[in-house]
Amino acid sequence: MSELAHGTGGLIPAAEVPEMELPHPHGWWSTYVFSQDAKVIGIQYSLTAIAIGMVALVLSWLIRLQLGFPNTFTFIEPQAYYQFITMHGMIMVVYLLTALFLGGFGNYLIPLMLGARDMVFPFVNMLSFWVYLLAVLVLVASFFAPGGPTGAGWTLYPPQAILSGTPGREWGIVLMLLSLCLFIAGFTMGGLNYVVTVLQARTRGMTLMRMPLTVWGIFTATVMALLAFPALFVGAVMMLLDRLIGTSFFMPTLVEFGERLRYGGGSPILFQHLFWFFGHPEVYIVALPAFGIVSDLISTHARRNIFGYRMMVWAIVIIGALSFIVWAHHMYVSGMHPWFGFFFATTTLIIAIPTAIKVYNWLLTLWRGNIHLNTPMLFALGFIVTFVNGGLTGLFLGNVVVDVPLSDTMFVVAHFHMVMGVAPVMVIYGGIYHWYPKITGRMLDETMGKIHFWITFLGAYAIFFPMHYLGLLGVPRRYHEIGETAFVPASAGDLNAFISVVALVVGAAQMLFLFNLAWSLRHGRASGPNPWRATTLEWQTPETPPGHGNWGPELPVVHRWPYDYSVPGAKEDFVPQNQPDPSPSHAARGLAT
Amino acid sequence: MAVALILVLVAVGSVAFHLLSPWWWTPIASNWSYIDATITVTFWITGVVFVAVVGFMAYCVFRFRSTPGRRAVHEPENKRLEVWLTVATALGVAAMLAPGLFVWHLFVTPPADATEIEIIGQQWQWSYRLPGEDGRLGAVDTRLVSPDNLLGLVPGDPAGRDDVIIQADDFHLPIGRPVKVLLRSVDVLHNFYVPEFRAKMDMIPGSVTYFWFTPTRTGTFDVLCAELCGSGHAVMRGRVVVQTAEEYQAWLGGQRRFAQAAGDTR
Repeated sequence: MSELAHGTGGLIPAAEVPEMELPHPHGWWSTYVFSQDAKVIGIQYSLTAIAIGMVALVLSWLIRLQLGFPNTFTFIEPQAYYQFITMHGMIMVVYLLTALFLGGFGNYLIPLMLGARDMVFPFVNMLSFWVYLLAVLVLVASFFAPGGPTGAGWTLYPPQAILSGTPGREWGIVLMLLSLCLFIAGFTMGGLNYVVTVLQARTRGMTLMRMPLTVWGIFTATVMALLAFPALFVGAVMMLLDRLIGTSFFMPTLVEFGERLRYGGGSPILFQHLFWFFGHPEVYIVALPAFGIVSDLISTHARRNIFGYRMMVWAIVIIGALSFIVWAHHMYVSGMHPWFGFFFATTTLIIAIPTAIKVYNWLLTLWRGNIHLNTPMLFALGFIVTFVNGGLTGLFLGNVVVDVPLSDTMFVVAHFHMVMGVAPVMVIYGGIYHWYPKITGRMLDETMGKIHFWITFLGAYAIFFPMHYLGLLGVPRRYHEIGETAFVPASAGDLNAFISVVALVVGAAQMLFLFNLAWSLRHGRASGPNPWRATTLEWQTPETPPGHGNWGPELPVVHRWPYDYSVPGAKEDFVPQNQPDPSPSHAARGLAT
Repeated sequence: MAVALILVLVAVGSVAFHLLSPWWWTPIASNWSYIDATITVTFWITGVVFVAVVGFMAYCVFRFRSTPGRRAVHEPENKRLEVWLTVATALGVAAMLAPGLFVWHLFVTPPADATEIEIIGQQWQWSYRLPGEDGRLGAVDTRLVSPDNLLGLVPGDPAGRDDVIIQADDFHLPIGRPVKVLLRSVDVLHNFYVPEFRAKMDMIPGSVTYFWFTPTRTGTFDVLCAELCGSGHAVMRGRVVVQTAEEYQAWLGGQRRFAQAAGDTR
């Protein structure tokens, strides 16, 4: 199936081999459930991620109820509060964002955008989803296990994560670690698929430097994830052993509530290095697909070529590489050797440069464009605002000594929610509004979309922008209530109540989005194959939604880069990638190669 | 039009909030005003960038919004502009990083005359240990922790016999004298955090970590734990009293020594 065949023009990519055998479905089960079609798997990944994301949303409500109105909801005890924040964090970062960007968008878009018929290993791809689903179910099971889920914080720092002072010590932590291992195994199956597909299954003419930035973002993030997740896997296995059979990888000699435990010789800080060696790339595993997708949204809806495409590609690759040498900026006050601070602060601030270049290029794409302010574009604009805001506060926390007073305060919570919570979620919504017509053949309702956007964007900003100032004041994170504390004025409680009320409203607005998803499936306006008049290949499929195999008998042949919008002299304001007529402007600039 | 206006309001509103917010850092009580100054520099640089980016975006949305007959300008690259922006960004980054690293060097280099004191975290309380007349802290070993030796001092070490031990009580410090704080934990991670001192550091079982500072203001300050340490994390509180040298000496005179606490039983 993946063998190369010899044709007249040399090697023909596997995607083009006519006898590439697709495992065609036989009946309902293999069409919709045990499907080996990347598009169906992408939808399965997305729906599962959204479903578990709803759990995280409800948890965030509970967290905010407690913080906004302490002593009102007495069922939220400290233990329960820690369980809520732990599960909220882990679900959002791993089971929602990572799964949705790579498993969801990656599966649906990579083959379509590259002119491939499917992922190169369809069976392994299907397996990837089912293992992911199992990981989600194991995670959910911990809610029903004796003692409940773990309350160790999403960072799971030992020794407390596996000691009895932390809730969920019996079953919760074991199920969490097990679930993470399953997730990583499942992801690895999918991830290898995405990488091999990008490298081997592009259609004729689709050179690497003609790939849409969406694919560049997802591809680079996948390579990073394949390198970063093993560190978490190892950490999780070691902690499982510490917890279950009494090894001491992360456990030094310690005394718990007066009783000396049998641990000795392990290093708690070793876990932190393993965790963040995964954890920091993880931020960019989520961010790079968002960068890629938002580039395509902005270009398409501003009817203008993405500005500085080559710079954008290199920025993605450089950010991906640099993100592996910045991890200990999460550990400035961990007690690691202080000289690390010099190195990691420098690398961390250097990574701001390629990131800033990306922001400039998005802005310069808008500049002198023809901006259609539809829902995907609004979400793209919302992404830029929240990402820039969150990125700039990252310059505080990355700059080692500035981090010292701010670390472990609400400033950190506000920062990472803005930059890797709100901003990527903006892109996910923008992407769903953008590609829903291709997936279903119908448009999402624009009015509902705009209401959803404004409440979500302004609401999320009103939640997280003021929160920085609580941290600046000194309010620590991971406190279920601040209680009587001399330096915290009563007005901080009012601010917390305000944030909580807005959070409830923003959460409720997401129900409108879910309703729109379901309602438009039947009642949405028919979209036709290319409602946005976009250039990339997924909009040029013979059928909408595309059938199994994507392209009918003939594969598309690519003649140009993906950003030929408003080319001077062209009849339309877009030229699809598979249209032969060469455009003089970019050929002259050497971008056609 | 409306979209551009809202974007401008977001930028202006953020700046207004920053200027008018009643929530700001606590009045400083240590020598680390350098850190506050670095934060101020960072606020200025990032604030200008934020307003410029959102403002420019609002301008584009207003000026280049789709109208009948508009066509975007096709311009794949502009080398000069890209290089210019990259260099400007690098300069801005350097302007924040340089003072940051300079102050970090100060932060991790305790002065030679700093008094060593020890703070110990355990679920969920703070304990403190001061060297006695010999100026040295005695040896400790977590394996020796017991109900009447909660800090795990080695009973045989003469250096430890005069160590002052403070448990379940406020901790006192003299104003104006640099202290190097040695941090220890006997169970899980903790973090000794007094917002007014600006400094903080995790305490790790099995290791000794440190930070240093000089108290510059008398008063009583809340101690919080800043590293999640289990379900009692938020109630792991204490207080530090910074006072004049005379007041401090008077307080110190009334404290128990390790030999008094444990020695009697031997």
